[in-house]
This record gives sequence, structure tokens and C-alpha cells, in this order.
Amino acid sequence: MTGSTSDPVGKSVPRIDIFEKVTGTATFADDMQFGPGLHYGRLVRSPHAHALIKRLDATKARKVPGVKAVVTGADVPTNIGLYLIDRPIFARECVRYVGEPVAGVVATSEEIAQEAAQLVEVDYEELPAVFDPEQGAQPDAPLLHPDLGKYEVANFIFPQPGTNISEHFKLRKGDVEAAWPQCTAIVEGTFRLPQIQHVPIEPHVAVGLWESSGQVTLWTCSQSPFAQRDLIAQSLGIPHGNLRVVSPYVGGGFGGKAGISMEVCAVVMARAVKGHPVKLRMTREEEFIGTSVRQSLVAHTKIGCDAQGQLLAMETKYYFGGGAYNDYGVNIARAAGYSCTGPYLIPNVKGDSYCVYTNQPIGSAMRGFGMPEIHWGIEQIMDQLAEKIGLDPAEFRRRNCVKSGQTILTGMQMTPINLVACIDKATEAINWGKVEEPSAPHKRRGKGLAIMWKAPAMPPNPGSAAIVRFNEDATVNVSIGAQDLGQGAFTALAQIAAQALGVPYEWVRISIPVDTKYSPYEWQTVASRITWSTGNAVKNAAEDAKRQILEVVAAHWGEKPEDLDIKDGVVFSYRTEEEQSLKGMVIYGLPNEGFEGWKGGPIVGQGKFMPTYVTNLDFETGQGTRAVVHYTVGAQAIDLEVDPETGEIEVLKIASVYDVGKAINPDLIMTQIEGGAVHGMSSAFEALRFDETGQPLNPNMVDYRIAAATDIPKEIHGEFVETPLEDGPWGARGVGEHVMVPTAPAMANAIHDALGIRFNELPLSAEKIYLALHEQAPA
Amino acid sequence: MCPSMANHTITVTVNGARERLSIASNMTLLQMLREKLALTGTKNGCEAGECGACTVLVDGEPVNSCMMLAVEADGREILTVEGLAPEGRLSPLQQAFVEYNAVQCGFCTPGMLMSAHALLQRNPNPTETEIKEALVGNLCRCTGYVRIIQAVQAAAADRGGV
Repeated sequence: MTGSTSDPVGKSVPRIDIFEKVTGTATFADDMQFGPGLHYGRLVRSPHAHALIKRLDATKARKVPGVKAVVTGADVPTNIGLYLIDRPIFARECVRYVGEPVAGVVATSEEIAQEAAQLVEVDYEELPAVFDPEQGAQPDAPLLHPDLGKYEVANFIFPQPGTNISEHFKLRKGDVEAAWPQCTAIVEGTFRLPQIQHVPIEPHVAVGLWESSGQVTLWTCSQSPFAQRDLIAQSLGIPHGNLRVVSPYVGGGFGGKAGISMEVCAVVMARAVKGHPVKLRMTREEEFIGTSVRQSLVAHTKIGCDAQGQLLAMETKYYFGGGAYNDYGVNIARAAGYSCTGPYLIPNVKGDSYCVYTNQPIGSAMRGFGMPEIHWGIEQIMDQLAEKIGLDPAEFRRRNCVKSGQTILTGMQMTPINLVACIDKATEAINWGKVEEPSAPHKRRGKGLAIMWKAPAMPPNPGSAAIVRFNEDATVNVSIGAQDLGQGAFTALAQIAAQALGVPYEWVRISIPVDTKYSPYEWQTVASRITWSTGNAVKNAAEDAKRQILEVVAAHWGEKPEDLDIKDGVVFSYRTEEEQSLKGMVIYGLPNEGFEGWKGGPIVGQGKFMPTYVTNLDFETGQGTRAVVHYTVGAQAIDLEVDPETGEIEVLKIASVYDVGKAINPDLIMTQIEGGAVHGMSSAFEALRFDETGQPLNPNMVDYRIAAATDIPKEIHGEFVETPLEDGPWGARGVGEHVMVPTAPAMANAIHDALGIRFNELPLSAEKIYLALHEQAPA
Repeated sequence: MCPSMANHTITVTVNGARERLSIASNMTLLQMLREKLALTGTKNGCEAGECGACTVLVDGEPVNSCMMLAVEADGREILTVEGLAPEGRLSPLQQAFVEYNAVQCGFCTPGMLMSAHALLQRNPNPTETEIKEALVGNLCRCTGYVRIIQAVQAAAADRGGV
């Protein structure tokens, strides 16, 4: 890389990975070469949503020439899961969704594996199934996990054995019953969101290798190499030190490549053919139904305010449809519970958030982690309340939104943010309050606003680590376990290292691929936590390296380290203006006078970061000292028009403003805003559809459409506010997921402004809007 | 297996180099590029012609290489993303992708570049609508397409095409 960018933090330097990515040389999991010993796997999947396995016979499959092994649930007696260890790697005794793996075939080619997979005979006895989370939570619903009480579970998750409820989070603050009579306006609604899929352009790929020595390697596109190592090691009884997870570039994740899904199947299949790597690659159909999806939600929400528009009370029930296995989903329901009000200060709150087993694909993390789902209802109710008491919706939000230092619903003090500034900038950008003409007389134009908050939803103590090493020419290798899924983490972390060391950005390389054998620990690349958490670790590692350098040079010059600094790769003295290049000395040290010995040596800095202050919350009330590390907040304002003749929406402008603490790379934040706005818009039109027996109806990119280049808004306007986070690097906090959160409700509010019609249920479609307009029209 | 599974020998020009390859009749062009020639820049996103990640140019026309049999490439000229920057010199279009940060995860990028390259070859000054229409078969989940469109516009305006 050419150029010399000093003090890169705050500058829009080019992405560190961009040359590889525009030349097609960036290596993704499917691009790795394994030679002629490579075997291929295919999964046999359940055709039923809920059924007992009466008989499984792989005799015919095993006889196909080229087939090397068939593994089934009988080969793997243990479960796997992140927070709730509820998932068999291959189904045992019963299947709980269409697409659940029941067997894995290993063969010398994908075609042979596929052919043999069709010869695995399985007899099923169908069972009654659950598809609606609210119905599934009822006492008389068919029970999907009779062993729920026996599963291992994290100590902050509360499953309800004997029901389908895998998590129940309770939030109790104040007295809602006493508050309702004080309310001048109350709005109540039921909101429904379907399951949607991440649709990364890269499908999941995993290659497992189990050597006879007991060494196990997994190459895969992963947001969570270390978490996968931990979960697979525990589930299969592999010593952590013998299991290596390598993750090259990830072709889009959005949460779908976090935690664990099909990767463990490749490891189990490799165990059956020791010494041969086994490649398991998802088809697009499998990607839709056999990896993970965003959970469905049924929300019953009631909010009230007084005559001045002061929010007084909220009561809400969230039923997340977690799918067949809820290992990750339980924490989404928990996050939705402790953030259940959205970014508002409400004195009286009663919230119940449930994760419920359903006979559908596995619900898991997706960009926003429960927040897009709950804000869909909250933000529409806020508009209705403002309308009822005659306040401008933006002003209503300014008055009620959470502010720095306030005690929020869990009892935690709000970390420093400025949401009012976000509202001001977003509304100003779309000429809020000004009625503007549509592009054609028959069209209807409307403007809408939604605000949001989101905390990284994690265990209390997820750690990050970093190592900073110098090369002879003073270029720097930064080792981290965090991943770049496209969000730009490697670039931001390189900027942080360069800034903290005092070298140009162009001197820094990130040591990839992420490899649990060589990379320092990272919990997971999720929760928009990398710039903050790994950023702190990298900054600490760079400062450690810098301290070592300054000590050597100070001793060389007979000065104090605190009188020295490094700029553009040169150590200098504030006192004497003496200078020493880093080149060479960062490896070889410096000679004593007259070459009477040497001082220093290869510089290696290490750093770590782990939040130590998060507390568990009371099971009955959700109250505690500190529920989360921090919140990121923001506002989205949308100007759109609807064509009543077709029901089609055209978004004229989306204005997105987020409080990022400190913009490490302003242009990369803008690209997150643009991508998140389109992802959020697209998500409002997406739904994974099933028939009444749980068969997926649209697991492909034609029947499940994601936004194409022709679908994007005419203009996306991004801005940010910088209220420093106390423990962020230079004050930075994450912003990768957040734009996804308020986009759909801001659209809904703008559609209401245009048409006077509310849509409580997603997905939207032109047809739905057209029909609603038709019904509304006088006969 | 049916007789059509027999191998065929084809001669094909890939990124300017003539290749003679023995190809199974059911092998796709995508598989040929990735597995026979190790040109892994061309990506496999759906194997159904839906996402555009495998787009390459066949005699200058953008094609979903997962939907074309390798034997059909006999005698034709293929251009892949590896052919855009021989010896690491970025094409003006690639350079524009760099300048506009038109890449996030990078998985759709090779296909996107090939569709845009074909557009600029047949229409050096496309309108924004023409760019969007040319890229409609190339799905991207990360960028929201904004920078991609800007990069194509910039490549057209500043450099007079590809």
C-alpha cells in the first residue's frame, strides 16, 4: 500500500482489504484448496416439521461406490448450543423442523454424496407441530423439548421446563396499574414480524479435518471462530488445544455466521474419515432453511402518556418464535426484555419477553438482535400517541427519549449519548414539518421518523485480545481474533494501531486469516462490539509496544521515556529534538556507545480488554446495577411517496444519524449507514413463508427477494454525532447494526403520513398497500 | 450414468490465454473456472442464476457462469475478474471501486465488476438508471449499492469507460 497517513484515527483512509477484494484474490472458505484427498459431505434433512424417527437405515447409501461414511445421531450422543445446550448435532429420536439434519454422507464427490443421501431411508411418525410463538407458549401446546429442564443453560437465561418457553425475561418498574388512570392517551397494538433470513451472498462452507493424532481443524466462514472452538470442543470432548478453527474472509454474515450452525456437522463427518478433509457447502436452499433465520415476533404493546405528552406507562409482551432450537435466540428475547421500552424514559414498565420453541428453522442472531423487531411496534405507537395529544412526533420523541445519566428501565445509568441531536439532524435533513409535493399529482407523499437504541447483547464478560509485532522495516503486524465480514473492522483496527503507535496507517497489516491456533482470543464478531472492545485491546497492545520502544530509546539517549514520543515512525524527544527511526531498532535494538553491547530487542506488544462492570439482573424484576456495557442510539427520518395505482413505495430520502462516540473512519460509517438503510428497507418486504405443515415455500433468491440495485432510495443521507463513550477507544462505540433497527418503523410512519393507514404486520408489499387503500376508499 | 456424462475436450480462451481442457458434459462454466483453472475470484452464491456472484464475460457479454455448461464455452473467450487487473494493475473501474469504498464483504464484488465492465464497454456513458438496470442481476447484501453505482459513474465520467 502506498501513501503515508499520519494520525489516521478520524480519517477516511481506504479499506485495508480492498485491493484483494477488487481483484478476486481475497480468499473465502470455498476458495481454499485441499488437494485430491478432499472428501465432500451432504446432509440428509428432515422432510417433516415435527416427527419421531422410527427407523433410520443407511445400508443402501453406504453401498454406493465412493461413499466413505454415513453419520447419524447415533454417532453423536451430545448436544450443542451457545446459551442453552439444546441442539443435537444430528437428530436423535425426533426431528423438530423441516430441514433438520438427520444424517451426513461423506463421499469422494459432491454428486456421489448427494446421490447416496437420497438412499438413506428414514421412517417418521408425524407429531403435532407449533408454528405460532404465542400459541406455542400456552400450557396446552404440543411440547417440543420435554427435556428442557435437563439442558445446560447460562446463569442469566431462564427456561421454563414443561413448556415451550426457553427464556422468560421479566421487567418490572414502578406500578403500571396505578399509572394507566393518569394517562390522557393510551395506544395499544399487536405487531407481527415473520422469520426472515440473512441472505449473505456467500453460503456457509465448512471443511473439517480430523487427524489420527487427535488434531482437529475446521476451516469455515465464521464470525465466531473462538466460540465455535469452545462449543465444538465441549460438545465432542476435544481438548481446546487440539481444535483449530481457521476463518478466512467472510462473505457477509449479519449474525448468520455467528454462534454455530452447520460447521459442527463437518467436524463430526470428518471424524468418520480420519485424515481426509471433508467439505460441506450449503446450497442456497439450505442456507435459507438449514442455517439460521431471524426469529418471528408477536408483540402486544400498550403505552400511555399524559396531556403534555410525558410517557407514563408501558406494558408489553414479546413472543419470539425461536424455531426448533433456541441456543442463541434466548439471549435475543432477553435483550428485547431489558431494552423493551426502546429509547424512552418510562417510569412504569411491565415487560415480559419470551423465547418460544416452534417447529421452524433455528432462530438466531441477525443484525439488530431483537431491536428491529421490538422497535417496529414501539415506534408506531409513539407516533400514534403524539397524534392523539396533538404533538409533533419529533418533539414528542425529543421530550421522552433517554438522555445521558438518566436511570433507565433496568436501574442502570444511561451512558453518555445525545439522541436529541440525532433527531434534530435527521429531521432537518428531510425538511421535517414541511409539506412537499409528490412527483406526480396522483401520488401521495409522506414523512416518518423513528428512533432507536441498542446495546451489545452479550454475556457480562466477553473478552478481546491483540498482539502488535514489528517487522525489520518497522511495518507492523496486528494479530486479532476479530473478523471482518465487510463492516470494515480490519481497517478501523489498523487505524487504531497506527494512531496508538505513532506510525503511518499504511505500515500496518492485519494478520489473517483469523486462526485460533495463532490469533489471540476474541469472544465473537457480533453485537457491533469490535471497534469498541477489540479496538481497546489493539490500542492497549500498541501502547504496550510503544512503551517498550520509548524505554529503549530513552535509555539510549539518557532521557526519560515521558519526554519522548513517536510520530510517523520516528521517535523524537520533546526536550532535545533528537530523532531515532523505528526501522531496524524495533527488531535489533540499539547499540551502546562504541558498540559496547546492545539494548532492546524485538518489540511485541500485547493488549486485552474485557468489560468487568456488567451485573446480572434480578429474575423477578430485571433490575440491576448495570445491565449492559453501553447503548448506541440514533434516528432515521424517511421521505417517501406511494403510488396508489400500484401500491408501490418509492423512498425519496432516508436520513440516518447515529451517535458513534468517535468516528474512527467516517467514510466507513457512511457505508454502514447506506448498507444498513437498504438492508432495513429490504427487510420490511421480506418473509420466509411456510405452508400449514411447516414446509418452506420460498427458500431461494427469486421467491425470497432482497433489495436489488433498482430498489434503493433516491438519496441516503448519513451523519453522525460524537458523544464520547467513556471506555471506547478515543470514545468510539459500534454502529454496524443500528441503521437496520428504525428503518422499517420509520417507513411505516411515513406510509401512515402519506395514506393514513397503519400496517402492524410485516412484510409489507405493494399488493398489501394497494388492497388496504382499496378497502379504505369509500364504496 | 447416461452417455452424455462423457468427457469432452474443449479449447477456450480465458483472460487472454488459450486453454485445452477435458470437461465432463455436466460441468458448469463456474465449476470449470474454479476447479479446473483455480480461478476462484468468480464466486458461487446460489448455483441457480439468481445472485450474479458468478458473472463472467463470454465473448464480452455478462453471463451467470453457474447457468452455462463448460462445453458451451468451446471456442469462446472468457473474461473473469482475474483478467481485469493483469499483473496487479487495477482497471479504471477497479480503481473507482477502491476510491468509492464500493466493497464491503467482497463476495459479490467480482460479479459486480464484470457486469459493470460489460456495461461500460457497450455504453461508456450510462445514466444512473442504466447502471442500476445493468447491475440488477448482481445482488449485494452489504453496501446498499450506493457506492457501487457511484464508482461505475466515476469510472465512466473520469476515464471514459473501462
